[in-house]
Amino acid sequence: MMYDWLYNLTGSEILAAVIQSLLPLFLFILPFALFAVLLERKVSAHMQDRLGPMRVGYHGILQTVADIIKLVQKEDIIARDNDKLFFNLSPLIVFMGSYAAFAVIPFSSVFLGSNIDLGLIFIVAVTGLVVAGILMGGWASNNKYSLLGAMRSAAQIISYEIPTMMIIIVVIMLTGTLNLYTMSEWQTSYFWNWLIFGGPGFGLAKFILIPFMMMSALILFISTLAEVNPTPFDIPEAESELVSGYHTEYSGMKFAMFFLAEYANMFAVSAILSALFFGGFQSPFGYLGNLFNVPALIPFEQFFWFTAKGIFFVFVQMWLRWTLPRFRVDQLMTFCWKYLIPFAFVILIIVGLITVLL
Amino acid sequence: MSLKTEEMILNMGPQHPSTHGVLRLELKLEGEIITDVIPHIGYLHRCFEKHAEAMTYPQIIPYTDRMDYLASMYNEFGYVLAVEKLMGIEVPERVEYIRVIMGELQRIASHLVALGTYGADIGAFTPFLFCFRDREHILHLFEITSGARLLYNYIWIGGVSHDLHPDFLRLTKEFVDYFRPKVKELNELLTFNQIFIDRTANVGVLPAETAINYGITGPNLRASGVKWDLRKDDPYSIYDRFDFEIPVGNGEKGTCGDCWDRYYVRVKEMEESLKIIEQAIEQIPEGDVTSAIPRRVKPPAGQVYSRVENPRGELGYFIISDGSVNPKRVKVRAPSFVNLEVLGELCKGHMVADVVAILGSIDIVLGEIDR
Amino acid sequence: MKDYFLKFWQGLWTIAIGMKVTFKHLFVPAVTIQYPTEKPELPERERNRLYVNMDDCIGCLQCERACPVDCIEIETVKAVPGEDLGKTSNGKKKALWVTKFDIDIAKCCYCQLCVFPCPTECIYMTDVYEFSEYERDNLIYDFVTLTPEEREEKKKNYEEFLAKKEAEKAEAARKKAEEAAKAKQEEKKEDKKEETKPEDKPKDKEE
Repeated sequence: MMYDWLYNLTGSEILAAVIQSLLPLFLFILPFALFAVLLERKVSAHMQDRLGPMRVGYHGILQTVADIIKLVQKEDIIARDNDKLFFNLSPLIVFMGSYAAFAVIPFSSVFLGSNIDLGLIFIVAVTGLVVAGILMGGWASNNKYSLLGAMRSAAQIISYEIPTMMIIIVVIMLTGTLNLYTMSEWQTSYFWNWLIFGGPGFGLAKFILIPFMMMSALILFISTLAEVNPTPFDIPEAESELVSGYHTEYSGMKFAMFFLAEYANMFAVSAILSALFFGGFQSPFGYLGNLFNVPALIPFEQFFWFTAKGIFFVFVQMWLRWTLPRFRVDQLMTFCWKYLIPFAFVILIIVGLITVLL
Repeated sequence: MSLKTEEMILNMGPQHPSTHGVLRLELKLEGEIITDVIPHIGYLHRCFEKHAEAMTYPQIIPYTDRMDYLASMYNEFGYVLAVEKLMGIEVPERVEYIRVIMGELQRIASHLVALGTYGADIGAFTPFLFCFRDREHILHLFEITSGARLLYNYIWIGGVSHDLHPDFLRLTKEFVDYFRPKVKELNELLTFNQIFIDRTANVGVLPAETAINYGITGPNLRASGVKWDLRKDDPYSIYDRFDFEIPVGNGEKGTCGDCWDRYYVRVKEMEESLKIIEQAIEQIPEGDVTSAIPRRVKPPAGQVYSRVENPRGELGYFIISDGSVNPKRVKVRAPSFVNLEVLGELCKGHMVADVVAILGSIDIVLGEIDR
Repeated sequence: MKDYFLKFWQGLWTIAIGMKVTFKHLFVPAVTIQYPTEKPELPERERNRLYVNMDDCIGCLQCERACPVDCIEIETVKAVPGEDLGKTSNGKKKALWVTKFDIDIAKCCYCQLCVFPCPTECIYMTDVYEFSEYERDNLIYDFVTLTPEEREEKKKNYEEFLAKKEAEKAEAARKKAEEAAKAKQEEKKEDKKEETKPEDKPKDKEE
């Protein structure tokens, strides 16, 4: 494991832990955000018959870098009537919430921040922090649009945590663990062992489970999507209604932090989905490392498969964002309480019965 | 028992992404529910009517372009018809056809902006760019003919400024063939999307009676189920020669006269316009387009009211002439201005997000409201 | 209950259709171009920046009068006899020095109304559309080919010519007065007429 290796290298528990927890940020989140922003712009552009950024570097590869340089240079505007403390604190909390979730995400069998047994619950708990940050930002901005956006956001995220939690319980019933690493290991080797195809082991239960697992993957995808606010669910920042919602008043680096948190969240959500239902870091067809007898290759392959799955779901999110119009607040709530929660509940009961009876 | 929260006043605009220009709305809110909407207009006032008094008749044409800048051709068309009526000019056959083709192309272009921005208001950005992509083809047709893309000054008193470009008819035919599948694609992407329907159906319902009482015209009136189109009911130019339908709203997805109906009537109108264009291309005769243009526009003293079916409704020009080269008074009945009045009525009891949906479905152009 | 499931299904189905449409467009070539490096081909009737070919301008003020926003300002001076201004390309004889021909392109509304009345087709719209400036004053285009000194000279020439004419008239008048001292008052009236003549003349010509 990574921690042991770092411990041997540095000889200090604290240093090893700090390095280990910072690694996902510098190795993954920042490069990923750079990549994802560009991907988003390119995907949207090509879906709309445009070219997207083309000036900075070959086909605009360095566009995001240029944007970040611009954002860093920008004046940090704080209006007179802002609540300074909360206004400054809010982007930090939002970023912290989405970044902390990465601590337990298993990128590969050796590269994971912290292998804690309460992984899933931890993710749900820390992403709840984001709500507090958004509410703070909306309130402290002292702007009616921001306030409306923050209120909507709080209602939305809290509501959608319920179906998320229910599906997580379904998964826990089947796997018997909350540890994301164990969960990924459990769905070993080939893609028919993934939870979306009923998990490992052959039997009647596997085949009965498949439709329910597909439904629960869909529900989990939708409800976690709602927590990161891309378009069908972007009512907190609905730019045609609320200008840009809770971050209307932010500029420069603080805005960049909201932005970064959003993209980090996008990946976190995809990572959870792939860890729960799509085998996590497991390859769908077995490993080249096993084939050629080079065990050192396997972690890198796992890392590749995990990011590939993650980026695929990120792409799906972008695809949805550039296809759909957005909900209205009450419809968003209707969708959650009248569709997702009952469905999740039915799935919960049926899967419970299956696990008990079969 | 009803709980009351503190009333919040929210200023929407003049700088706001979806007030379609510089409209300012004062929203009185209870939470997210709207209790009252007060529109404030005049941020784009350019004294068109006063300016017109100091201009000669042909000089006013560029000014009419700038009223409803999304339907400039039609503004010229209406103005020119009024002056011709005043002077008793008969225009050549070819000119009439050119004007109808241009007018209908302009109607499609204007509706494309309306539909695209409506999609953007609701949150779907891709249809917006698709619509603008298709509108670009129409603007290109205008550009090769008149030299301008937005403010044409093309339709003149007694004729048009240039004859059609040699390629124009071929390109227009190509455009008609190109555009039909694109409408279908727009329908797939946006019109029949369930989220879009949820957002717009049963929202901002405008009953036929209210619409008539407020003087609403154009697609907004037809969406309420009233079959009233000046092209059929009071034919001007040569519209009586073409075979086309007047689409009306029928409450297909919700109530008759809701936002979805107002949206869909425009989609169907674009298809009808394509029909008219096809027929006009078939029938257009050869001939001179400038022969009837008077050397000096000096109408006899008198007054005239002439109205046309602008993409947004009934566009009327009332002109008083005192026999000199300048009109004594030009009054415009601007469809957007009249249609906007009903906004407060429609928005009451809806949510903030619905204001955007309702405003977009009324399809206003601030240049015309403020003039 | 049926509606409930139907609506859910319709939601998913229409979303899938929409996604199909956008996915197809991922592989459609872009319709936009890279503007400053690639430029669209403009049609021949393009209406952009005004240009005046001063060789052909006869200073008739038609364009100034046609402009709805008064962005053209023209001043002319009559040529003195003996000066040859040449002919325009379509054979009209020039009789006026154009000492001022300013177009405030910032005011111009590109309506092309000035182009049509021009008798020599010397004012026309070009396809130049990139002419932004940092200073608004730079957008006032001066089309006169004469140098400022020449303009002054022409004005002075004409004034001198007028003065000379006046002097000649006065001389003649004096001679006349000497010859017939009785009819002095009528001659004075004639002088006044001479003064107003130069300004009236060009206008008469156009109308």
